Amino acid sequence: MGSEAKKSRGRKPLVRTRLPMATQRPEDRVKNFNEVPYGYNEAEAVLESQRCLQCRNAPCVKGCPVEVPIPQFIKLVQEGKFVEAAEVIKTKNSLPAITGRVCPQELQCEARCVMGRRYQPVSIGNLERFVADYAREHGEALPELPEPTGKKVAVVGAGPAGLTCAGDLALLGHEVTVFEALHAPGGVLIYGIPEFRLPKDIVRYETNYLKKLGVKIIPNFIIGKNKTVKELLNEFDAVFIGTGAGSPRLLKIPGINLVNVYSANEYLTRVNLLKGYLFPEYKTPVKKGKTVITIGAGNVAMDAARTAKRLGAENSIIVYRRSKKECPARVEEVHHAEEEGIDFRFLTNPIRIIGDENGRVKALECLRYKLGEPDETGRAKPIPIEGSEHIIECDVVIIAIGNNPNPIIPQTTPDLETSKWGTIITNSKTGETSLQRVYAGGDIATGAATVIAAMGAGKIAAKSIHKQLMGHEIDEEEHNLEVGKCDS
Amino acid sequence: MSFEILDTRELNSENTWMKIKAPLIAERCKAGQFVIIRANEKGERIPLTIANWDKEEGSFEVVFQKVGASTLELGTYKKGDLLLDVVGPLGIPTHTEGAGNTVVIGGGLGIAIATPVARAYKEAGNKVHVIIGARTKELLFNIEILESFADGLTICTDDGSFGIKGFVTQPLQEMIDKGEKIDTVFCVGPPIMMKFISKITEKHGIHTVASLNTIMLDGTGMCGACRVTVGDEIKFVCVDGPDFDAHLVDWDEMMARTQAYREEEKIALEHYHKCRAEKALEEQNAQENK
Repeated sequence: MGSEAKKSRGRKPLVRTRLPMATQRPEDRVKNFNEVPYGYNEAEAVLESQRCLQCRNAPCVKGCPVEVPIPQFIKLVQEGKFVEAAEVIKTKNSLPAITGRVCPQELQCEARCVMGRRYQPVSIGNLERFVADYAREHGEALPELPEPTGKKVAVVGAGPAGLTCAGDLALLGHEVTVFEALHAPGGVLIYGIPEFRLPKDIVRYETNYLKKLGVKIIPNFIIGKNKTVKELLNEFDAVFIGTGAGSPRLLKIPGINLVNVYSANEYLTRVNLLKGYLFPEYKTPVKKGKTVITIGAGNVAMDAARTAKRLGAENSIIVYRRSKKECPARVEEVHHAEEEGIDFRFLTNPIRIIGDENGRVKALECLRYKLGEPDETGRAKPIPIEGSEHIIECDVVIIAIGNNPNPIIPQTTPDLETSKWGTIITNSKTGETSLQRVYAGGDIATGAATVIAAMGAGKIAAKSIHKQLMGHEIDEEEHNLEVGKCDS
Repeated sequence: MSFEILDTRELNSENTWMKIKAPLIAERCKAGQFVIIRANEKGERIPLTIANWDKEEGSFEVVFQKVGASTLELGTYKKGDLLLDVVGPLGIPTHTEGAGNTVVIGGGLGIAIATPVARAYKEAGNKVHVIIGARTKELLFNIEILESFADGLTICTDDGSFGIKGFVTQPLQEMIDKGEKIDTVFCVGPPIMMKFISKITEKHGIHTVASLNTIMLDGTGMCGACRVTVGDEIKFVCVDGPDFDAHLVDWDEMMARTQAYREEEKIALEHYHKCRAEKALEEQNAQENK
């Protein structure tokens, strides 16, 4: 007894395993679009927070693209000061309810958690999510805004990068106007990520919060069509471009234009932005296939395959040319997909989509693969197995192999330097582009990446823009944005 | 932000004309471009080609055919009503410079789009002959407007109730047979009509542009719903078009893709009529209870 007490030095004994979040049962949730996890309650959050060792050197923070003060906020959770904990997070991350849900924590903060070396890491993401939800539900005070500076900034695109940049600049007293091409702000948060993973009420709450900070958001306004970047520069002191990676990559295989072959963007936009799952009450239709095949294994692919299941597909199949280990999706998404009965066909790659006499999808022809030596990405290179052709019958095919940068701004802004992939070339430590007073960040600069990396880029650009507006020298910001790089 | 309807009119039993206040669109738009309209929270995003515009009034006009649930509903909107979302001008304007002797062909609803395009060709200094066609006399419109600027106007009806009896391809074939010099043909209307025009002009090596109207969602190149095969490339109608070299378009594929939601359209239509009937019944009951 005495030696036990000595060992733990008066601390509570270490709890080796993390506290899981309660979730909807798989058999229930495949029939609805409600969020899958319920989130921690207060007692659970406190319990999990007590697993944090409060490391002084905080390796977790080095794993966070926006350097959230993780031990500090978790300490406040331990003390039951949830609203204060949210305030601490918000000093670095303006959208914690969103990142708590969509960040690949297992590759970022949690990957570096000291607890994780021997046991399971602290559930930092779940705690962040709890704290943000708690603050939202219990009313959080608006931060005090400084005197207006009289400077005006235009933000192009209301996705994670643009919204973050807008919020940070508003908090510094600048007048910010966000231009959004779609009818609702949020970017991928509203058109791409499904309700069951990120409830749209949360996205709306966060965008309304920005409006309360004085940010103007103008929907249905396309920079490059209604106004050019050059014209914006006449009206505004600086411009931030965060137009994202919104152009779907399609496979170069026969049958790609058959009816019922969707890009994941189209499929998810129909369901999420336009509420196709409520058709015909909402007027946008979406094909409810009997067998739906999604090609790819990133988060977007998981979202599409799980959406298909919820729309009533008897078989929702994922075809991926590598193995489970290489799936770029968050571990939790793959896990949830498996629980929901998504049929994973690993080491399989399509070679042809087969149509019927009306030009509609009826099957997918695939090859089986084996893994070879690591390629330039460090992942084992998939090699086709000769003679392994086989046909999977299906009626809907969804292509979820990634996105290219949206072309409208580069096409209509002649002096803006772009890479051969169509991304805008920036100094990643300042967000500066080849044009004076024009900044860019997020997927339009890096190619498709994560929500949190886009937010980080928005923050860096906001700092540079602030310095420019106040007449200071723009200096380079060291950052962790490359941490845990994978697709959104 | 919502958009006021300044006026509407039934052009005939199928087509409705609507004028919408949208200074941002009126200021920038050019012939051949389109807008996307979402009438209300539950509405589809409907792509409609711009039929006319007035920079001073800050308005633009569209003509649509009430064929599906969404367009039928849009047709119930009246002067003074507000549309929730309107975005545009989208797409690349029709290229009219140096087109030479141009034949502009509009079939059915396509007449609405052919009109500003023909005018733009004319204003760019080209000689413009316009051919329009519809199933029957009652469905023709814009004749006086076209007469006011076109160098020539030929009108056809399928049933012969007005002008030439036959399809728009007939007068085009005759012009070619007569050896009239044609440098450019622009066509807009049902895909099958554009396909046949394209077949005729291809034989004679006449440069032909078709304005495509495909299924769309965002209209900014994000979803790829509108993709078509042009030559050996995949193009997005919303950002690469809507005008394409008609001889390179894979018409059969395009036609199949525009039919993608045939079954769903039927369901939507039934739902629409059911809702309208229920609403009418409710109103009737409310009246009686008074």
